[in-house]
Amino acid sequence: MNVRLKFALSLVALFAGIVAVVAVVGVMIAAGLPDAEYAFFMRIVRDRAPVLGFVAVLLLFACAGLLGWLFTNHVTAVRSLAEQTRIVFAANSEHRVVSSGGAELVELAATINRLADAYHRERNDLEARAGATNARLEEERNRLAALMSELAEGVLLCNTEGRILLYNEKAKALFGAAAPGTRQGLVGLGRSVFALLDRDQVAHALDKLQSSLDQGVEFPASRFITNAVTGALIQVQMAAFLSAGGRIAGMVLTLADVTELMGREAQRRSLLQAFAAGVRAPVANLRAAAENLVSFPEMNEARRVQFTEIVAAESRQVSAMINDALSEYADALKAGLALEDMRAADLLSVAQRRIEAVLGLPCGMEHASDEIWIKVDSFALVEALAYLAGRLREDYGVRSVGLRAAENGRFAELDLVWSGAIVGSEALSLWETEPMQIGGMQTPLTLKDVLERHGGEAWVQSHKTSHTAWFRLLLPLGAPASAAVRSSVAMDSRPEYYDFDLFGHADKAPGLAERKLVDLHYTVFDTETTGLEPSAGDEIISLGAVRIVNGRLLKREVFEQLVDPKRPVSKASARIHGIEAKALKGQPTIGEVLPQFHHFCEDTVLVAHNAAFDMRFLELKEAATGVRFTQPILDTLLLSVVLHPTQEGHSIEAVAERLGVSVIGRHTALGDALVTGEIFLKLLPLLAEHGILTLGQALEASRATYHARLQY
Amino acid sequence: MSKKILIVDDEPNIVTALEYLLQRSGYEVLVARDGEAALKLVDQHLPNLVLLDVMISVKSGYEVCQRMRERADWQHIKIIMLSAKGREAEVSKGLSLGADLYVTKPFSNKELVAKIDELLAPASNSGGV
Repeated sequence: MNVRLKFALSLVALFAGIVAVVAVVGVMIAAGLPDAEYAFFMRIVRDRAPVLGFVAVLLLFACAGLLGWLFTNHVTAVRSLAEQTRIVFAANSEHRVVSSGGAELVELAATINRLADAYHRERNDLEARAGATNARLEEERNRLAALMSELAEGVLLCNTEGRILLYNEKAKALFGAAAPGTRQGLVGLGRSVFALLDRDQVAHALDKLQSSLDQGVEFPASRFITNAVTGALIQVQMAAFLSAGGRIAGMVLTLADVTELMGREAQRRSLLQAFAAGVRAPVANLRAAAENLVSFPEMNEARRVQFTEIVAAESRQVSAMINDALSEYADALKAGLALEDMRAADLLSVAQRRIEAVLGLPCGMEHASDEIWIKVDSFALVEALAYLAGRLREDYGVRSVGLRAAENGRFAELDLVWSGAIVGSEALSLWETEPMQIGGMQTPLTLKDVLERHGGEAWVQSHKTSHTAWFRLLLPLGAPASAAVRSSVAMDSRPEYYDFDLFGHADKAPGLAERKLVDLHYTVFDTETTGLEPSAGDEIISLGAVRIVNGRLLKREVFEQLVDPKRPVSKASARIHGIEAKALKGQPTIGEVLPQFHHFCEDTVLVAHNAAFDMRFLELKEAATGVRFTQPILDTLLLSVVLHPTQEGHSIEAVAERLGVSVIGRHTALGDALVTGEIFLKLLPLLAEHGILTLGQALEASRATYHARLQY
Repeated sequence: MSKKILIVDDEPNIVTALEYLLQRSGYEVLVARDGEAALKLVDQHLPNLVLLDVMISVKSGYEVCQRMRERADWQHIKIIMLSAKGREAEVSKGLSLGADLYVTKPFSNKELVAKIDELLAPASNSGGV
């Protein structure tokens, strides 16, 4: 029962009790009196009625005071102690209870705190022990994440419903390029892959995989090229992974952006067509003039000069056409699909290990500057170097080799160096065209294929006085790989782009209201605004959001966008969020940002602190933008009141402190969204303690509290 | 005494044209059809310059160039490589192997003669790679 109601009822009962006792005593006294005295008594009562009334009012205040004291010290204080104790064991074991009640309660609070200390120690111990076990698992996972982030291709792992269980940065980048200037992508844990790729094509590929499996193919893969929603052409290679029962449990998609490549292919084709058509006319002219010259040797001098000039002019034109075509063709031919930028030194050290391990041939590293970057298919090149080293040993008895790299104009020279044996260029010509064989392994590739693929050249050179010779591979220089992607794994000890727990997550959606809170996906968001009155024309200037999937705050899957409000920012609010008008100039308008944000929130429950404020801003934009947020909304402020009605503050800071959430980066939309997200995750177990398990229950409790708060 | 130029190419049409062009430009012209023959003629006649096509039989133009640069007494002989292939890497390979110039086909007669004149000018030390 509500404390205030309880208080009011108790007061009425006490006061009525005292008045009743006094009345009864009065009646009993009056009943035994002779008539004259009775009349006298009644007259006094009547005459002194105002005084009696005044005494009654005094009595009422005295009762209220006494009851108030009793409630504060023995009811509210006990309740508060209970709430605080719940926080200790359900959310924040470092929280300590404080009692404002009587000496007994203060003693009880001290005892609870001693118990809390013991609990905290015990818990820490347990966590430390569990931590050690988890650390190894975590390390394995991080290694996987690091490995994935190094891949040149994008990788997505999905369950059969198309929910993403794992992705790498490259995959995110492939689809994230849609909205320049924004950090959000459509790739995220638990999100549907069908928002990225055409559903029919994926389904068809899945069917093909299934039929290959049915036919007993061991590792079937299926390939298609599709238009991503971003407009990019994506080549998808899809493989299945199987459950213990041999059924398809999910799929691995390897993605490569082939937009440029396909564009180049189209360019190449049109170039060839244009060229073939273009040379016809001048060649026809050439031929006609030349044949005239040959067929009519008796023609006069003037004619001869005329035809000769035609031949000269037309051949100049054909020459020019060929030159133009070839220079364009060269661009169209550059750098194939899987060429990656790599340090020459790194490539050579891999080759060195390969030569020593597979061939057992000592291989030294001479010099290779860290500054040299090449554009290579590293696997093919390492194989090529190992193959050449192998041939040297087999055909010429070379006992050791060396590797070095140098820069030469727009090329890098990679040398495989040896001493002693003289190898002619005939040998290299022969080796170039034979399929490469390294150790016992044969590849279908020839050295020539590898060189052509790289737009490179190879030759053999020797230095007589030092009796050394070398194969030189000339390869186009590359660009240093951007450090940003590489360091992103180290930056955060816990990468969050995998969640295998989503595996068993079927889309068996009962009504949302019946879904358990812990099973739902959330978008926690916050806004910064020009002022506090949306109806008076204040506008959103910043939107920040983060996703919660499977009880984890995905700090990598965030939305963060400044918005040009097209109106001034009030000084008071600028003081709070520190965003000045000039930072907003040139940012997208709310009309551009809201559809993106809406996309980001798809299939999730919205969460915000004091959500009514933020939602009011969004709702006011509905008519103008056509974007409606129809998903359920949970408010961490209301949930905090539901759980801790007797606690004083429910501001983000107060709630965060109570729950042991550290407050960093407040008053930026994303910073507040992150704090709110952590608060929300701490509230979930407390809600469960309270018997609030489903979304429906949480919404109902919030509604009740909201109305309760509105009433006073 | 006029300077000697050795043309190494297996396409008769271009050989005829170049031979005529160079004779008219005042040079004495020798012709070889493959790599082996080219090296023999260089040995016998010590030409001042070799116009060397890359795609020739027996030995490739690259190889002839390399062989010539291995001989200390042939270092003064200028080499211009001619090729219908014009990839940047091929040009770079030719120059790395010791050619003084790499000219892609088709070329302008006038420009080719101008470049030959420049390489063979008495005061010129240019052209070394």
